[in-house]
Amino acid sequence: MSGDNASYLPVIILMLAAVGFALAPLTLAWLWARNFSPKKPGQDKNATYECGLESKGDAWIQFKSEYYLYAIIFLIFDVETVFLLPFAVAFTGLSALAFIEMMVFVFMLVAGLVWAWQKGVLTWK
Amino acid sequence: MDQELRSELQKQGVFTTTLEDLYNWGRKNSVWPLGFGLACCAIEMIAASMSRWDLARFGAEVFRPSPRQADLMIVAGTVTKKMAPQVVRLYNQMPEPKYVIAMGACAISGGPFKQGYNVLKGIDRFIPVDVHIPGCPPRPEALLHAFMTLQEKIDQQQLTGAGRARHLHADKPSEFPVPEFGEHDLQPPNNPAVWKAPKMTRNG
Repeated sequence: MSGDNASYLPVIILMLAAVGFALAPLTLAWLWARNFSPKKPGQDKNATYECGLESKGDAWIQFKSEYYLYAIIFLIFDVETVFLLPFAVAFTGLSALAFIEMMVFVFMLVAGLVWAWQKGVLTWK
Repeated sequence: MDQELRSELQKQGVFTTTLEDLYNWGRKNSVWPLGFGLACCAIEMIAASMSRWDLARFGAEVFRPSPRQADLMIVAGTVTKKMAPQVVRLYNQMPEPKYVIAMGACAISGGPFKQGYNVLKGIDRFIPVDVHIPGCPPRPEALLHAFMTLQEKIDQQQLTGAGRARHLHADKPSEFPVPEFGEHDLQPPNNPAVWKAPKMTRNG
């Protein structure tokens, strides 16, 4: 048992050395800054952006929520294609149950398309 | 330790240094410039950082895209009055210690546009400049020379005592007032703490 523990000792030492290697420069820099360089914060220095221009306006702006329509139409056409392709490939080997399941899936998406059509989303304005 | 004892020890094969020298040696060999060009001088600056002139020899090839990580601002090119506030603001956002090289005739004096209405007549009117390089544009060799001059300056900076470097004085500012783009000129047209109009004297 004690032999097993001893075999991990180099790993622990290596880990401590690694942590020390990472922390030592940070500590040195911190000590150096504390002893030698005075803190000089300022309005520009503490500004969020660093492109040289002052930031204008408010970050709390509202986005239009109408974009969800595009998401739904995308789902109908894109996701359906992704599932229809393997369905078509494996069509001859499918059981009746699998065929019905697939039809239900297609029907759900077609129902979405009908809904969108009725809502007038497909009309180009 | 005085210089005499140090050179005496050096003859015996014992090299000594001070913390200050060691610190400055590290500092001067890792001056990271801000990746920032305003006009044609920037092309020379880019050339200086490429393999032919190889700025990497000075440890200064790491052009930083953010002022927060930069030690040196190379004002490379024409500073228009519209651009000057942004240049000053970028300088303000750099952490101490920070240095400025004004590269080219435009950056140091307005250059060929000095008589114009829209070009700042030298960036040293708003921020303290460490090295000025003349030329239109200066060749990469001139920029390398400016780097070496700056390295000498960094090497000589003291960490303690009354003559210590500017950034180590708690009362010396790290930020400089950002001018505003006014109706006719920048407001204020210069920073009196940094730049004073030269006094004209006529003899005879």
